[in-house]
Amino acid sequence: MNDLFLQVLLLADSTLRLATPLVLAALAGLFSERSGVVNIALEGKMLGGAFAAAAAAQLTGSAFAGLFAAIGFAVFLALVHGFASITNRGDQVVSGMALNIMVAGLGPTLADAWFGQAGRIPVTAEGARFRPLTLPFAEEIREVPVIGPIYAELLSGHNILVYLALLAVPLVAWVLYRSRFGLRLRAVGESPEAVDTAGISVAWMRYRALIVAGVLTGIAGAYLSVAQNASFLRDMTAGKGYLALAALIFGKWRPLPALLACLLFAFADAVQARLQGVEVPLVGTIPTEAIQAIPYLLTILLLAGFVGRAVAPKAIGQPYVKER
Amino acid sequence: MGAEAAAAGVDETPAVELRGICKSFGPVQANREVDLAVAAGTIHGIVGENGAGKSTLMNILYGFYQPDAGRILVDGRPRRIRSPLDAIRAGIGMVHQHFMLVEPFTVLENLLLGAEGGFTLEAGIARARREIEAIERDYGLEVDLDAVVRDLPVGVQQRVEILKALFRGAHILVLDEPTGVLTPQEADHLFRILENLREQGRTVVLITHKLREIMAVTDHVSVMRGGRMVAHRRTSETSTEELAELMVGRKVLLRVEKGPARPGEPVLEVAGLEVRDDFDVPRVRDVSFTVRAGEILGIAGVAGNGQSELLEALAGIRRPSRGRILLRGRPVEDAARARARRLGHVPEDRLRMGLVRSFTAWENAILGYQRLAGYLRGGFLRRRRMIAGCVDWMERYDVRPRDPFLHAADFSGGNQQKLVLARELEHDPDLLLVGQPTRGVDIGAIEFIHRRLVAMRDAGKAILLVSVELEEVMSLADRILVMFDGRIMGEMAAEEAEERRLGLLMAGVTAEAG
Amino acid sequence: MAARRRLPFWADYLLLPFLNLSLAFLVSGLVVLLLGENPIAAVKLLLYGAFGFGEAVGYTLFYATNFIFTGLAVALAFHAGLFNIGGEGQAALGGLGVALAALWFGHLHPLLAIPLAVVGAALLGGIWGFIPGWLQARRGSHTVITTIMLNFVAASIMTYLLVNVIIKPGQSAPETVTFAENVWLPQLHGLLQPLGIAIGRSPLNLAFPIALLCALLVWIYVWKLRLGYELRVVGRSEPAALYAGISPATHIVLVMTIAGALAGMMALNEVLGAQHRLVLGFTGGYGFVGIAVALMGRNHPLGVVLAALLFGALYQGGAELAFDMPRINRDMIVVIQGLVILFAGALEHMFRPTLEALFVRTRPVPV
Repeated sequence: MNDLFLQVLLLADSTLRLATPLVLAALAGLFSERSGVVNIALEGKMLGGAFAAAAAAQLTGSAFAGLFAAIGFAVFLALVHGFASITNRGDQVVSGMALNIMVAGLGPTLADAWFGQAGRIPVTAEGARFRPLTLPFAEEIREVPVIGPIYAELLSGHNILVYLALLAVPLVAWVLYRSRFGLRLRAVGESPEAVDTAGISVAWMRYRALIVAGVLTGIAGAYLSVAQNASFLRDMTAGKGYLALAALIFGKWRPLPALLACLLFAFADAVQARLQGVEVPLVGTIPTEAIQAIPYLLTILLLAGFVGRAVAPKAIGQPYVKER
Repeated sequence: MGAEAAAAGVDETPAVELRGICKSFGPVQANREVDLAVAAGTIHGIVGENGAGKSTLMNILYGFYQPDAGRILVDGRPRRIRSPLDAIRAGIGMVHQHFMLVEPFTVLENLLLGAEGGFTLEAGIARARREIEAIERDYGLEVDLDAVVRDLPVGVQQRVEILKALFRGAHILVLDEPTGVLTPQEADHLFRILENLREQGRTVVLITHKLREIMAVTDHVSVMRGGRMVAHRRTSETSTEELAELMVGRKVLLRVEKGPARPGEPVLEVAGLEVRDDFDVPRVRDVSFTVRAGEILGIAGVAGNGQSELLEALAGIRRPSRGRILLRGRPVEDAARARARRLGHVPEDRLRMGLVRSFTAWENAILGYQRLAGYLRGGFLRRRRMIAGCVDWMERYDVRPRDPFLHAADFSGGNQQKLVLARELEHDPDLLLVGQPTRGVDIGAIEFIHRRLVAMRDAGKAILLVSVELEEVMSLADRILVMFDGRIMGEMAAEEAEERRLGLLMAGVTAEAG
Repeated sequence: MAARRRLPFWADYLLLPFLNLSLAFLVSGLVVLLLGENPIAAVKLLLYGAFGFGEAVGYTLFYATNFIFTGLAVALAFHAGLFNIGGEGQAALGGLGVALAALWFGHLHPLLAIPLAVVGAALLGGIWGFIPGWLQARRGSHTVITTIMLNFVAASIMTYLLVNVIIKPGQSAPETVTFAENVWLPQLHGLLQPLGIAIGRSPLNLAFPIALLCALLVWIYVWKLRLGYELRVVGRSEPAALYAGISPATHIVLVMTIAGALAGMMALNEVLGAQHRLVLGFTGGYGFVGIAVALMGRNHPLGVVLAALLFGALYQGGAELAFDMPRINRDMIVVIQGLVILFAGALEHMFRPTLEALFVRTRPVPV
């Protein structure tokens, strides 16, 4: 019994760890897509962030320097995305794909040239990583039944970025529904011409949304290379950006449902890691590939309207052009 | 005070003055040296044909476009208006032809957008409720602030637009073709609101191509033609005939000359038809009628009362949920087969449906007829034959320029419509469905199109005409049906039709009740 | 409004892509500088590596073959207004089709076995294109998202099968046994030798002419057939298609299936022409390069072939470059691809207004 409880806790714990980059990236996608810009480039921006974080942290020995470098580089990529798709009214998906591919090549290329390691940057410098934080009294109340282990095992002992991601969700929800920026953001993704005639710049709104998305993907990238792991690796995002996009769609472009979708997908991932080669009673070994494919299949089913219906912001994907 | 102001008969500082406005889009000059003075506290009409440059001028005033040359004065002071924000700050509000509302938002959220009054919405919402209720009282503009805009009827959405401008402190209100989506009765309601605004000292600029409205509500009127301002008049000192002549630059025939119809066999029979839209809402309800060879049946009604869905169902594009459509006694199955059975269709929105903008003229000249045996050899297109056919039609329908390789989007509205008409008429249909044949078309082309349609009728073809221009239906049709909320409200012969009665029917008021 | 003249054909199809491409290469040069190498020297090495000797040309054409297939898969879908990002998954499934056909029918006569393998590639790739096509046509799910998701699903399927089912017994690397030689696609250096034509030894094989044939067929389909006319109407305006009695759903399903089949046939080149066994991850990102190829080639089959040659040269030349310049590795080519997509695709309109203004000024149009 106790053992099972601990197992569940550990599963929840790793779900949280795996969900963190998804949550950050999904929120990033939320800002950009609510403003009307399809953000297929979450993957590339996150990967770029991971690269910059590892490089900067390794060179300076400071995890925060890594974090800021990640944010800086991801915002730069967001600005390129904006320049192509907002200023020059290029295709949002094409420019997003371009960034993904470019970054996928750039990371390993620069890693190779600067650090001499085939496509990777090890983060070994002292202080270059975000360490787990022990929440106050975690050790003291560990022995308290039920609450103790939940607090000590599940809630305590994560690095700061995990907490940041969790805090970001209510914050984003507040901004989206209760602030001026949020009102304008929701409006510009539905009806940019209404925003324009109200005396608000559509382009600047979308740029701002992309910049916020850049910051969030940068943090997600830093989490991958200097918090969860201790190195930058080729393609280390491994589709997490697309998975976050799927979670965003699954959450119907709303913060809390998107969080739940991220947790669900991360849970599937955590279970999959635990089931590797394990014989499940009655079922036999479950191919881990089947579990890995579940989030993608679920998203396809959702988009097809077989489970609920996801309606995207109305102006999504269309560059804003004044009529004539 | 400039000479222009004097010319317009204004003797105090105008609320708005435009001097020497020029604007080109590529090689097209939309505004040439335009002067305009609008007296404060008046309703000022601007009339002109489609493409005369009215909307461009007002979009310059609202900061949507930047003029190439010219100056703008508001309340006598020169203003640089580089964006809608500058215009709003100068006290200018605009109600666009297509509403600029965020549909899933509430009315309140729409009003707040751009005038939130702080980083959080809380304070702004409270302030907005207070102020808006005062504005509503003063001008008789009742709207439920918590209703979602998407669920509101168009007339109410328009009131939201006016409220929006007033909430932002506009004392100069520009309305671009505001009555296109309204019944005559709703339009009258709008005019009362505008008169109210004038009484409170606000200035109204009304853009329209309907002379009736100018005569009904304005104090002054300015006429535009071909990008130039050609005349300013006091409304009380001019007439519909004079304005029409000024708009076109020559005498116009407002009536189409045609002899009596000689109806023959029924060609199209519709019985108990119900059609639903994409959201499964019934838009056409229990409609029955017959169109005979050699007659034009006109359907009048305000836009959005089911005419579009009716046309699409008749053309086989949209499947009816109930009832039957018989073309020469046999049911219509789908668009491809209907065409093969000699059904021609000039759609309501030519740029959305009738043409592919980025296709060349010759590619567009076979749209819908690409399966005809004459155009194919074993699945391959007979390109040379198609181009030759297109050149021939361009000649006979006077489509300019006569370049079969030009993209459809590069022709003017009138020439696009002539191209569509050529395609549909030259494939020799027994039944022709025509939707809004002269929307966005200059007067020269309108006359041409009307004459062609009458000639078709006289050649013994059946024509169903749908138009929101009451005048057009009254002058072209032999019989008139009025559609309201998906139903046929009444039928009358063209000779007996009078505008007041049609207007009531268009508003859903039957003769007995009214 | 008077008629507006657009750019002349040559400016639109040659000058503009050239300018965009130049910019992409300029930025690539900056990256090379950043790496601490001389860009000019790098270009020389790259060109020599791609065209300097017989084998090099063979390899360039070999890579180009992959890109023709995946480029056509993207370009064709574009004509229906669809963005097919699923080339990677479709190619992977195509490889599965090739492998299954080769394993089951490899003992048959080549004239029977090879066509069966071709059908296998087209069939499974086609199914992987049919699914998003059907979802788009019947359920309205956007192909951009569904094709991405299906790439991952395909990857899961391939991993499962190659690790657990069709793996060569007694080894740990996820790959099948080598196919029977009957089903190998003949390599061109072998075919041409008896005719007295000597080209260097390279894996260039019969898939190359098959790819060219496919490009020709796509051109006929899109521009010469009624089907292609209807397809283009669907891609540019769905309401106009409905008006013209064309079923968008039918064309969307058809074109996505064909696009999937084209991407799937990429496996002929890699699996049947070069590796002669199915290896996990043989698609190597070629499906994504197809996007760059299609954009660069402006979705025209001839353009796709030319762009595929360019990318083939980049791949082959880049490999040689990485060998000769220690600070540059093969990933540099991926960077260049990304830049080409960015400049030739997303920023394709950057120079257009300037050019149009230039042409209007020099050749006034009567209003």
